[in-house]
Amino acid sequence: MSAEPDHAELVEELLAGKHRALARTITKIENRAPGYRNLVSRLHQHTGDAEVIGITGSPGAGKSTLVDKMANYYRERGETVGVIAVDPSSPFTGGAVLGDRIRMASNVGDMDVFFRSMSARGTLGGLSTATTDAVKALDAFGKDKIIIETVGAGQNEIDIVKSADTVAVLVPPGSGDDVQMLKAGILEIADVFVVNKADLDGADRTVQELREMVHMQQDNTASLATGHHGAGATSGHGADTDAESDDDGESDEETQSWEPQIVETVAKDGEGVEELVGTLADHADYLDASGLLEEKARMRYAEEIRNLLRDDVGTLLEDEIERRGGIEAFAQQVLERETDPYSVADDIIDPLEDCLEE
Amino acid sequence: MSADSEQQSIRCLVAKVGLDGHDRGAHVIARAFRDAGFEVIYSGLHNAPDEIVQAAVQEDVNVLGISILSGAHNTLVPKIIEGLKEYDAFEDTLVLVGGVVPDDDKAELKELGVAEVFGPGTPMEETIEFVRENAPER
Repeated sequence: MSAEPDHAELVEELLAGKHRALARTITKIENRAPGYRNLVSRLHQHTGDAEVIGITGSPGAGKSTLVDKMANYYRERGETVGVIAVDPSSPFTGGAVLGDRIRMASNVGDMDVFFRSMSARGTLGGLSTATTDAVKALDAFGKDKIIIETVGAGQNEIDIVKSADTVAVLVPPGSGDDVQMLKAGILEIADVFVVNKADLDGADRTVQELREMVHMQQDNTASLATGHHGAGATSGHGADTDAESDDDGESDEETQSWEPQIVETVAKDGEGVEELVGTLADHADYLDASGLLEEKARMRYAEEIRNLLRDDVGTLLEDEIERRGGIEAFAQQVLERETDPYSVADDIIDPLEDCLEE
Repeated sequence: MSADSEQQSIRCLVAKVGLDGHDRGAHVIARAFRDAGFEVIYSGLHNAPDEIVQAAVQEDVNVLGISILSGAHNTLVPKIIEGLKEYDAFEDTLVLVGGVVPDDDKAELKELGVAEVFGPGTPMEETIEFVRENAPER
C-alpha cells in the first residue's frame, strides 16, 4: 500500500477552495481509487466544523424540494452549503439515473451550494458507504451546513443516523394508519418529523398520529437509555408544550432530553422552511449543550474504525482463501460432505488467532 | 469482494440547454445509459450554459451529453465549453452533442472541442460504445 498516491496536491487545492478539487476528491472516494484512504486521512484534521443534517423519507415525500429550499434559506443567511443526494442504483447493471439535481432550482448558478449526486452503488440502508467520507470532504472544504438526502427507500432506512448529527424524517400526509406509527425503523430515528405537503388532506391527522407516537415512544425509551435520543426523562420540551423554551431547558438539570419535534411544511412554496431550520438549529444546540454531539462523534468514529478493520481483515482473509485454492474449492468440499462450513472457517482463522495471541 | 476494490463508474451528465421543451430524447438516452451501467445525472429542462457547467464540475462527470433541438447550438455550446475551461474541467470531460445539427455546424462544434455529434436516428448502441471507448478515466 505504500506505493499508493497520497494526493497531497489535491488536498491542498481542496483546502484552497477549488471546486474542481472537491469534486475530484469525492469521485476518488466514491471509486475507492488507489490512495483514497490517504486522501481521507489527510482531510480529517480539517473537519469537525460543519453541521450535518440528514433528510430521509419515502419516495416522493418531497425530500429534494425541501433540501433545495433549506439550502436557499441558509444561503440567504450567508452560510455555505454542501448537499449530497443519494439515489438508487440498478441491482442488475449498477447503472443509475440521479435526478435530484432537477429540484435544485432555487440555487442554480450559486457555486456556494455544492450539490453532489451519489448512487447507492448497491449498499443496503439507502446510504452509500462512501457518503460519510464525502461529508468529510465537504466539511474540510469549509461548508457550514451539509445536508445528506438519502435514497427514498422506506421503512428500514436508518443508516443516516451514522452520518448525520440531526435527522429529519419526512412523513407525507396519509402515509398509513396508526399501526405504521407503531412499527420499528425509520420513525424511531427522527429528531424532527416533517409533515411535508401539509396543504394536502389528511395532514392534520398525520400530525396527530405522529404526536401520539412521539409521546408513547418518549414514555418507553425514557427508562431504557437507548442512546439515540439521550438518556433523559420525559420532562423535555415538546412540540405542544413550549418548543422555544430552550433557555428554561438548560436549567432543567440533567433531566433534559430531546423530544422529536413535528414541523409542517409545504416545500414547493417554501412554507414552514424557516420553522424547520429553526427546529434543526434547536436540536444542534441541544446536542452541543448536552454533550451528546461529542458522544455521537465518538461513537461514529468507533464505528468507522471497526468498519475499516472489518474491511481490512476481510481482504486479508480473501487473500488467504485465494492462497489455499479459492472459495469454490472449499464450497465443493462442503458440498461433497468432506467438511462443513464451520470447520473451514476454523481452519482458516486459527493461524491468525495464534498469531495475535503471541 | 473487498470493500476497497476500485469501483470506477462512468458518470454522465445529460443536459437540456436552452429553450426547447422536448426532453423525450434525453429521457431515452438517460435510460439507455443507465441500462449500460453508467451513472446518469439528468439536470432537467431549460438549463442555462452556466448551470450545466456548474453541474458538470460539481458532479465530476466523465461525459457531458448536451441535447439541443432548438438550433441554438452555435451560441450555447461554446459558452459551455468556455465555462468548463474556466474550472479546468474541459480537458478530461468528453463533450457530446445530441440533436438536430447541420453538417457545417457539426464541423465547427468539433473544432471547438465537441467529441462527437449524434443526430436523429443514431442507434443507442453506437452512442454507448462511443462513450465506453472515449470516456476519460478518473
